Amino acid sequence: MAIPPLTQTPTADSSITILDSTCTFCGCVCDDIDITVKDNHITDAKRACVLGKAWFYGHHADDRPSCLIDGRPASVAEGVERAARILTDAKYPIVYGLSDTTSEAQRVAVAIGDAIAGTVDTTTSVCHGPSGMAFQGVGEVTCTLGEIANRGDLIIFWGGNPAESHPRHFSKYSLMPKGMFVPNGRKDRTAVGVDVRKTKTAKAMDLFFQIKPRSDFEALWTLRALAKGIDVDPEQVQSDTGIELSRWQDLMNRMKAAKFGVILFGMGLTMTRGKHLNSEALLSLARDMNAYTRFVVKPMRGHGNVTGADNVVTWQTGYPFGVNMTRGYPRFNPGEYTSSDTLARGEADAALLVACDPMANFSQPARERLRSIPYVALDPKDTPTTRSAAVSFTTATYGINVPGTVYRMDDVPIYLRPALTTSHPGDLEVLSAIHRRVMELKR
Amino acid sequence: MSSGLFKIAGGTVYDPIHGVDGEQRDIWIRDGRIVAPPSEPDVRQDKTFDATGLVVMPGGIDMHCHIAGPKVNSARKMRPEQKRKAEKVIRTPNTRSGTMGSVPSTFATGYKYAGLGYTTAFDAAIPPLAARHVHEEFEDTPCIDKGFFVLMGNNHFVMQSIQRNEPERLRSFIAWLLGAAKGFTPKVVNPGGVEIWKQQPSGNVHGLDENVAHFGVTPRQIIEGVARAVDALRLPHSVHIHANNLGMPGNWRTTLETMKTLGDSRGHLAHIQFHSYGGGEGDENTFNSKAVELVEYVNTHSNLTVDVGQVLFGETTTMTADGPLGYYLSNAFKSKWFSSDTEMESGCGIAPIEYKNTSLVHSLQWAIGLEWYLLAKDPWRVVMSTDHPNGGSFLAYPQIIQLLMDRTYRQEMLKLVHPAVLERSTLADLTREYTLSEICIITRSGPARILGLPNKGHLGPGADADITVYTPNDDKTKMFELPRMVIKNGVVIVEQGEIRQPVTGKLLYVSPEYDSSIEKDIAEWFEKYYSIRFRNYPVPLDYLHDHEEVRG
Repeated sequence: MAIPPLTQTPTADSSITILDSTCTFCGCVCDDIDITVKDNHITDAKRACVLGKAWFYGHHADDRPSCLIDGRPASVAEGVERAARILTDAKYPIVYGLSDTTSEAQRVAVAIGDAIAGTVDTTTSVCHGPSGMAFQGVGEVTCTLGEIANRGDLIIFWGGNPAESHPRHFSKYSLMPKGMFVPNGRKDRTAVGVDVRKTKTAKAMDLFFQIKPRSDFEALWTLRALAKGIDVDPEQVQSDTGIELSRWQDLMNRMKAAKFGVILFGMGLTMTRGKHLNSEALLSLARDMNAYTRFVVKPMRGHGNVTGADNVVTWQTGYPFGVNMTRGYPRFNPGEYTSSDTLARGEADAALLVACDPMANFSQPARERLRSIPYVALDPKDTPTTRSAAVSFTTATYGINVPGTVYRMDDVPIYLRPALTTSHPGDLEVLSAIHRRVMELKR
Repeated sequence: MSSGLFKIAGGTVYDPIHGVDGEQRDIWIRDGRIVAPPSEPDVRQDKTFDATGLVVMPGGIDMHCHIAGPKVNSARKMRPEQKRKAEKVIRTPNTRSGTMGSVPSTFATGYKYAGLGYTTAFDAAIPPLAARHVHEEFEDTPCIDKGFFVLMGNNHFVMQSIQRNEPERLRSFIAWLLGAAKGFTPKVVNPGGVEIWKQQPSGNVHGLDENVAHFGVTPRQIIEGVARAVDALRLPHSVHIHANNLGMPGNWRTTLETMKTLGDSRGHLAHIQFHSYGGGEGDENTFNSKAVELVEYVNTHSNLTVDVGQVLFGETTTMTADGPLGYYLSNAFKSKWFSSDTEMESGCGIAPIEYKNTSLVHSLQWAIGLEWYLLAKDPWRVVMSTDHPNGGSFLAYPQIIQLLMDRTYRQEMLKLVHPAVLERSTLADLTREYTLSEICIITRSGPARILGLPNKGHLGPGADADITVYTPNDDKTKMFELPRMVIKNGVVIVEQGEIRQPVTGKLLYVSPEYDSSIEKDIAEWFEKYYSIRFRNYPVPLDYLHDHEEVRG
């Protein structure tokens, strides 16, 4: 399925430029980056943001072996054999990660999870998992990012800092673009920030609400009440949220007056007190607002293809993350089947970890468990997770070395056109080989 | 030496395209296709299936369903509560696990279609921006060939070309867009109405001559323009229309106007049941059937085809590109609501609902669907569908067949629904019973013709060897829900309900020619308004799994 770069422009110094290449560093998935390559090195990444530039310029071919077994160099074939044995010998194997690889690779990873009667989970469970649960509860009113660019005239950023986490979101999608119904770009929009601290994002806003920590739920329900004209106690609102009622009322007036309102929310909402109840309050507020005007909501997804992971796991199993297939069919229960929990409780006895680093960011009990069980790790980089793996594959980087599909934070699928070659295999190649061997062993 | 021949011997064959109506015949298969019987007497088949006493038909074709893409996948995400209670799809050595409910997972969808004897299905509403998503899901939907219709009824470039009265530009754009998405035909959903929904609270259009603000066109002009372009491009299928005012009392006038607007152009009116309502605006008490009036028009206009969109009682999930309709339904049923607007192209609404036989409206919807089948004179132009999962699951097809073939059963069912159905529809007076040959027409041969699939829907030499073998039974539900054998491209994929060899199936798409000079024009517009780059939009051939171009 390799698709050659559609446009390469040779230059005098024998470098080539690949037009409209895609950056997978964050959920923005900017697909307008012109990459210049010389001697298999990226020398320019035009239009990339500070994170994107670091992503492209910081890419160096890893000279580690493509496979290590118990820390010793081995052939990929030996690694595949050992990996398949580990996964098929286990009683409660888990598959985790998946958010920084192509959907083609994700599909095979879920297939392995199915074949080994395993539990499949993605990094969604530790970022926007609560939003996924809120989605199941109330639904979601949303749109693609181009709709925001063309129509959005009131943009609310809630519990996130896109100025630093998604640097081009303002300029490309949400604040600056001159769109069909907002021809003057930034001048036609009101930008509102709601957060517990004054981040760099707050400086780019017209209005900023610095709410008390852990009061998102109360703040959102205040707005829901105001939308419906229900009286609320000014003193309680002030003491709960740290913001005067009159300011919330002013915000609600603006929300109702907007033609196309947008709320973009981050992990400040989903990973603080209230979790999925916060997300559910926000999704419900956006829904409520459609009685008065058009209003949409969108989680700001972090990883380049975490949205693809949600999609793939859903279309193959019916559920977005935290899926257990031990009984031969998929069951969903976050908290029970999510990887940080299966590890921390000491249930998981083997793991297939794809493009993730739980050894760096899971809880102490989860890390201790992981260290004590055999597991397989696929990652382009040397990480705490790859260092403790029974089998570690150094894989090619998606978007830089290997092609494939990624889903932008608004579910728009975008194809990757790689700029560099590498001697390392891609995730898809390694996972497909493991899958084949697992199927043979299961026969 | 191996002859590569597979013989289905002595079955009672239904092949209406060749005028075969229940005759004992042998069917010969080689290399995935049906072939003429070998002329040399000493040629032996490698494999024989003795079909004596069994019914042999081409594989079923669902020409209007929702089985893949962003809308369907969002609906899967939204219905965990259904899946726990639903039938379990358990992994076997050669099949994947999955989940059911009203929106099955991809592998489950493929297995269940095959289990019913269906070997081809078309998803009816795909925003081209999400085409790659659909191709990925299709590859994970085994056992059936697949294609999809491309949403164009609220596409900005389409409306702009019509407003400028530039039919050639419109034609070239449609051809380019179909090729870019690798889709099958243009789909028009609530033309103009979805764009208004994006602009105004509860926005919609309510008649064919309302102005679509900012674009200066009317729904009527959109329907006319796209229908003519499709005919001029000689696409295998016509324009596929989800008319304005779906589900609203009194909408039959809009539907009739839509049919008249088509003039001599070919047009397929989807889920026509949902568009056949009399009654006053917003007044449930006046709700009644106008199937008789609309069927009469279709009976006398051979350029028109319909699929029914039969309603079955029970829980389901509605999903549509008709954004304002999704909002209406979620409010009416007080259910959770998903909505997603796709830039430049379309909308999307999802809401769980339950059809109840105690409800006058739902009972009438059920009855109106049956009226359409029973009143239509030409079975070649009326196709079985539930608009899966909007009216109900495709798994209800065997039950619908029994309702059509067995009037005693139908009368019994009629006793269980809201009594006002007797006065407000003609169903109680209809005594027609479908024959097996007519069932074969409305479930495979008819849709094959309407879609313009020369290799489907029949059992003549050259056809894809997609074949279903049924065990005859007076209980038609039982007969059609458990085929004895299902063959896909010559491979036995199902035997008596068990999946044998789940082949992947292929994508069916069109690639009409167009004046490539339009690409500059499109690119300029595209880069101004889309959030992805023009260069990254089209789906190239090497992105597809097995595929076949269909020519008109």
